Amino acid sequence: MSDREAGPARSTGQPRTLLQRSRRLLRRRFDRGLRTNAQLRFGGGIVCLLAVVAIVGPLVSPYDPTAQALGARLEGPSLAHPLGTDALGRDVATRVAYGARISLALAVVATLVRLCIGTTIGLFAATGSRLVDAALMRLVDAQLAFPGLVLALVIAGTLGPSLTNVVIALSVVGWATYARVVRGSILAVKDRPFVESARLYGTPRRRIVTRHLLPNVTGPVVVLATLNLGTVVLAAAGLSFLGLGAQPPTAEWGTMVADGRNYLRSAPWLITAPGVAIALTVVGFNVLGDGLRDVLDPDHIDDSERRRT
Amino acid sequence: MIRTLLARLGSFAAVMSLVSLVTYGFVFLTPGDPAYTILREQRQSPPSEREVEAFRSEHGFDDPFVVQYLSWLGDVLRGDLGTSYYRSEPVASLLLEYLPNTLELALAAMAVSLLLAVPTGVLSAVHRDTWIDRTSQLAALIGVSIPNFWLGYLLILVCSLWLGLTPVSGVGTLGHLVLPALTLGTGMAAIVTRLVRTSMLEVLEADYVVTARSKGVRERLVVYKHALRNALVPVVTIVGLQFGFVLNGAVVVEVVFQRPGLGTLLVDAVFARDYPIVQGVVLVTAFAFVATNQLVDLAYVALDPRIERGRGERR
Repeated sequence: MSDREAGPARSTGQPRTLLQRSRRLLRRRFDRGLRTNAQLRFGGGIVCLLAVVAIVGPLVSPYDPTAQALGARLEGPSLAHPLGTDALGRDVATRVAYGARISLALAVVATLVRLCIGTTIGLFAATGSRLVDAALMRLVDAQLAFPGLVLALVIAGTLGPSLTNVVIALSVVGWATYARVVRGSILAVKDRPFVESARLYGTPRRRIVTRHLLPNVTGPVVVLATLNLGTVVLAAAGLSFLGLGAQPPTAEWGTMVADGRNYLRSAPWLITAPGVAIALTVVGFNVLGDGLRDVLDPDHIDDSERRRT
Repeated sequence: MIRTLLARLGSFAAVMSLVSLVTYGFVFLTPGDPAYTILREQRQSPPSEREVEAFRSEHGFDDPFVVQYLSWLGDVLRGDLGTSYYRSEPVASLLLEYLPNTLELALAAMAVSLLLAVPTGVLSAVHRDTWIDRTSQLAALIGVSIPNFWLGYLLILVCSLWLGLTPVSGVGTLGHLVLPALTLGTGMAAIVTRLVRTSMLEVLEADYVVTARSKGVRERLVVYKHALRNALVPVVTIVGLQFGFVLNGAVVVEVVFQRPGLGTLLVDAVFARDYPIVQGVVLVTAFAFVATNQLVDLAYVALDPRIERGRGERR
């Protein structure tokens, strides 16, 4: 390609390839956004705070999240136990911090798997033959026909209650939105002059896809994934609450609410702490996602599209 | 039109066959031998070899997958959703028995969400970028982020346990419906508020609104008569389509308030591995969703010929 010979341009630090240029563009938009966009800072702040709690919290806590201390059952918030203790005398604050580890890790894994499946299918649909496209899009329609949480519930329940199975269930539902967004973004640029000229130039197909088409997908997919992290946290907590996810004595937010419901009147802090933690996490990812969308992806994704499970 | 109709029917059939395949096929995700696991769950003790054999032949588990699937599909197409493993009642009649409670909850929640969302969304759009707008957007953000099951218990704690206004759980009276409808409705309202706001903002810039204003029509009339009615068209469509997904939220809410509905039926069946019930609930929900979707699309095509080409189709 001609940018190979662009010697002078390289020496002045200009980006050499389209890929680098598009990366640089996203980076620049992101940096500017960090200065001007309050949502980005606020959402990012919450997410960072949670990450710190997840990493540092368990290290500094003097308590074990699962060891029972029956002498200290259902104690209200105090200096020794800032968020109180549960029915088995375990420190609620410590359990919330351990729960942050589980929720964040689970959300990241499930979202990445969704992203990979969805992007691959969207990519093949957009660049394949009409038949491939039609077949893959029917698959997408079929996925979207199921209420996401219901399908995840059924899959997790059939595989058997465990945290791993919740991750599997949440990974195999919910990729359809990525496929749609990726396919749409690629179709939008597929016949634009820069792709056309690369093709005429004899650029191999694989290179066109990775260097010219995929970079256009990055913005919308990053935004979608960020918003999705919140959805996954919510869904996973819901499944655990129903008893399909983390099993006792594991400290997980949904399970903690389920345990605390029997002491609603006598110890309301038992459901308050994990509930606030879930809501805060989801708020963080939602605000961050909205901020990223304003910054990275000026042509918004439809609201109804991205809020699906 | 006829061609579109046929194409739609074709894709409907394709999607529904995939849906039915998934609905039937998930049983085989069961770890180990499904017949053994189902029986163990039912007895709460390991079943004998002979019992497993009997169960297998009774339910056709010995046939190849394709034969099982096709015979199940044949039954379904004739309206027979099978029989529950435990309750020896036809799944179809169980569904009919539990459906009204869920429908009641869904409709009430939808009413709550519209009552909350439409005024908020309109105010938000009319007073764009003021504190009213910011507050309502913040409320919407919190609304989508709060887990339903947690909100449910908070409402039980405050309204039932502390204030004693409503019953804690169950079904029957209007009082039983209030808290579940509020729980499910607020989450939906958060999404609808955003939709109403966006749609209103768009419409308020439209030519006919500008014309109405320049004619000297009072602002109040412009907003409520000219703008709102048009802004609600896309909102109603999306809300209508989302109705198929109400079961997503209803599952958890029904468990929290111990309401006998499709959600609790499904959760109990999942834990008990009562697969015919699970398949019935899933298939019926998915079918309802796909069918409404297709009908709405067709209605659009019938009403507006411009849509027939374009819109997501490849050139």
